[in-house]
Amino acid sequence: MGRGMGRFLLKRAINYLILTFIASTGVYFLASYCLEPAMNLLSRHPRPPMSSVYSVLASQNLDPRVPVVERYWTWLTQILFHGNFGTMIDGGSVNAEMGRRIFVSTELLLLSTLIGSITGVMLGAWNALRQYRPSDRISTIVSYAIIAMPVPVIGITLRTIDNWMGSPIQYTGLDDPNAHGVVAVVLSNMQHLILPTLTLWLVQVTLFSRYQRSTMLDVLNADFLRTARAKGLPFRKAIVKHGLRTAVIPVMPLLVYNIVLLFVGATFTEKLFGWHGMGEWTVDTITTNDINSVAAIGVFTSVLVLIAGLLSDLVYAALDPRVRV
Amino acid sequence: MTSNNTPVLEVRDLRVTFPSESGAVRAVRGIDFSLRSGETLAIVGESGSGKSVTATSVLGLLPTSAQVTGSVLLEGRELLGLSDTEMSKIRGKDIGMVFQDPLSALTPVYSIGTQLMEALQIHQNLSKQAARARALELLELVGIPDPKRRIDAFPHEFSGGMRQRAVIAMAIANDPKVIIADEPTTALDVTIQAQVLEVLKTAQEVTGAAILMITHDLGVVAGMADNVTVMYAGRPVEAGTAEGVFYEPHMPYTIGLLSAVPRLDKTERKALTPLEGNPPSMVKLPKGCPFAARCPIAVDICREQEPRLVDVAAVPGLQSACHRAAEIGNGDLAREGMFPTPELSEWEGESDRASRPEVLRVENLIKHFPLTKGAVFKRRVGTVKAVDGLTFDIREGETFALVGESGCGKTTTLLEILDLPRKQEGSVVVLGKETKTLTGKDRRGIRRDLQVVFQDPMASLDARMPVGDVLAEPLRAHGWSKEKIQARVPELLSLVGLLPEHAERFPTEFSGGQRQRIGIARALALDPKLIVLDEPVSALDVSIQAGVINLLDELKVKLGLSYLFVAHDLSVIRHIADRVAVMYLGRIVESGDAEAVFESPSHPYTQALLSAVPLPDPRKERERQRILLTGDLPSPADVPSGCRFRTRCPKFVGLTEGEAERCRTEDPASTAMAADHSAACHYAAALEVV
Ligand code: SF4
Ligand code: SF4
Repeated sequence: MGRGMGRFLLKRAINYLILTFIASTGVYFLASYCLEPAMNLLSRHPRPPMSSVYSVLASQNLDPRVPVVERYWTWLTQILFHGNFGTMIDGGSVNAEMGRRIFVSTELLLLSTLIGSITGVMLGAWNALRQYRPSDRISTIVSYAIIAMPVPVIGITLRTIDNWMGSPIQYTGLDDPNAHGVVAVVLSNMQHLILPTLTLWLVQVTLFSRYQRSTMLDVLNADFLRTARAKGLPFRKAIVKHGLRTAVIPVMPLLVYNIVLLFVGATFTEKLFGWHGMGEWTVDTITTNDINSVAAIGVFTSVLVLIAGLLSDLVYAALDPRVRV
Repeated sequence: MTSNNTPVLEVRDLRVTFPSESGAVRAVRGIDFSLRSGETLAIVGESGSGKSVTATSVLGLLPTSAQVTGSVLLEGRELLGLSDTEMSKIRGKDIGMVFQDPLSALTPVYSIGTQLMEALQIHQNLSKQAARARALELLELVGIPDPKRRIDAFPHEFSGGMRQRAVIAMAIANDPKVIIADEPTTALDVTIQAQVLEVLKTAQEVTGAAILMITHDLGVVAGMADNVTVMYAGRPVEAGTAEGVFYEPHMPYTIGLLSAVPRLDKTERKALTPLEGNPPSMVKLPKGCPFAARCPIAVDICREQEPRLVDVAAVPGLQSACHRAAEIGNGDLAREGMFPTPELSEWEGESDRASRPEVLRVENLIKHFPLTKGAVFKRRVGTVKAVDGLTFDIREGETFALVGESGCGKTTTLLEILDLPRKQEGSVVVLGKETKTLTGKDRRGIRRDLQVVFQDPMASLDARMPVGDVLAEPLRAHGWSKEKIQARVPELLSLVGLLPEHAERFPTEFSGGQRQRIGIARALALDPKLIVLDEPVSALDVSIQAGVINLLDELKVKLGLSYLFVAHDLSVIRHIADRVAVMYLGRIVESGDAEAVFESPSHPYTQALLSAVPLPDPRKERERQRILLTGDLPSPADVPSGCRFRTRCPKFVGLTEGEAERCRTEDPASTAMAADHSAACHYAAALEVV
């Protein structure tokens, strides 16, 4: 990768940054118009006087009497100059909550996405090699069944199976509140990871393997694979070193985008298994009219898109010399 | 030449069968051959003859569904039945392989050096530095200029000829005993082919390897092979020394094949000798000689018993599989005229070119494309001068051929003309009408009079339409009535040598040659005046090609057509063209009467081009001195100053400094060599090269 590549990436980064800014701004305005934080306060018993409602809202930069553009400006400058995303509707700091939840989501997703990508690519390649054999046909049917199944159904099915077997695996929350001592907490935490990880893995492995299978099939009859074998590489080695290496390139963007965007997209899994991560928060903040949090999630998501875009460009360029300029 | 040590490779009674939905395909039905060090054996045959399957099975690279029986001995060791792991130790080490299509034969994501070093390190315990040093040596050996810089380039940065050199370097990396070359030059241009064949010969000299060459090109065979085996329908039908097979064939298929090839060295204007019919299906082979259906001298026994390959007493080393070989040998059955050659109809119109009407006039045609860089942000970094000032005219009843190698701009020229351009610096005048000023109605008229036939007959025919509809389509588009169309379709079919009942069938039910005939019938539907033919026979086998060329010749006279014929095969052009223009980098470098250009080529490029064409004649091939061009075609985005051919011009090298300066600075204008013959070279001089 030469200087051309660096310049190319820089240009891309600037492009993505502009997009991130536009998207975040969009989310802020949309949230401000659609959500009514005043309702939260007015539905309290006893009903607080209007003046105190406004003053609470004003302290959170949510005062509907101030023009939205002005609120937006305050919001923006707070983020840009102080890195402050404001307060949540219940008065807590958005920054702190978001930090905690990103950590939770990361723990939940890291393992499943890693295993999901690797096994997905491997399974897809293996299926391609065994095209039309029973194992490939069965994989195809099972994959389509899983792809067609909504995530909650998968999660609930796994939970039901666990319950039915006498709950050998605990799954609610991050760990057992009764666990004491570092070792016990860590062990319990790992046990609690099993079912949600399994749910996410199933979804990813099927998707990735389908895609990998089709790109691999394209490569299997390629002349260069025959050349590799004619040089003296045994079948398996030729397949992995020349075939898979080439067939994995077009799968990369899908892989990267899926993994990165899962950080805000694992809503159902988090809800089902009681993990208080970013996905859960997305839904919760909307239902609680929490404008500042929704806007923060908007920023976070668009940053994820930016990262995914750059990462996938980078991975692509690293793998395929033909796109390097 | 032939050394008399024991053979390195011995194949005995090799048979290969593939399962298929319609039954077992018996692709190879028993072939024997042996190969000695330093020797070259060519297996010749048309598509489906089993020649490539034979080569692939020696390497053990057939799909696992193939059943292979017989014996393949490499220095006495049986290869059939070895596991993939054991074969891997032989592949690339004892047997090197060169494939047909260099564009796809290299893994796109690894550099040339990496792939070459891999070939070395699989079989030899070499350090990275040692492997790299050896790789550099190999690249040098196969003639890659500046290997130190090019070794880290990726395949997409190499031209086709360069890639094939790299593939050859890989094949000889471990000093193999046998090199198998499967159509190694078929995908390459003729001057590059000459270079690559030269490299193969060098590789053979350096390694002392035996070469097993698989090809359909009899010219290449004549120049390369010591021994030749001709295959037909999965079996060898004739085998022997190159001289024996070329000069004294005893099997009608070989005789037919040799007489069907258009030859660059045949001056007399005569129809080609076609081999009518098609090879039999390999699933349901008829009883008897597989060639019987196409053989003009078949007798009763031929349809009963398949002849065995037996020694021909009169010619040492020659074996033939024909019941009537003895009669052919003793002259009772003459080879000459065994296959009927149709009479060539003569042009009956005005013979004086100048007084015939002009059907196409192209003046200073220019087509430049912007050259952009970058995947997302495209920026213009230059101009591709695909066509850079072309002038020619075609008169009624004339076949005008545009020749040149890939990238010379011939296809762009053709597309630009077909486009009837409105915006064009130069001018295109079709049937007396300038295309820039054409109105809608006139355009339609011109579109009717100007038709096109493409290279790939299958791609240009809709597979789901019966042939009758394919032919009716243009008629309908031009508002013909149903009755008129119904009368026209059978007429068109018989015009191109097909049967009226073929109208009901689908294009897939026809062979390649027949499909091309359908393509021609379609072009003829509206009674055009000028037909543009884009490589119309290059996808066809030799035996089929001859029939199509004859048809084109015949139709021209019968219907008073004119052709703009674009092709790269000079032998075909020599055969069919009345006038030729040779293109190089978007310009015509030499043009004129075909006879004059072929007999006394005067531009150094034309000379090199003609001298690169192999002749199907082993003795002539051996005596010929080739003018080998160095290097590749420069990019049309970076045309050299002065004469655009100077970077590769063999004449330029021998010029004095003063003369050379003129080539560097002054773009040579076209100068007349004879009445209808001109060349664009400052130092043009006729030279006989064929
Ligand atoms: S055996 Fe008969 S049909 Fe076959 S080539 Fe000889 S003469 Fe022709
Ligand atoms: S002008 Fe000079 S460089 Fe060009 S073809 Fe003639 S001799 Fe060669």
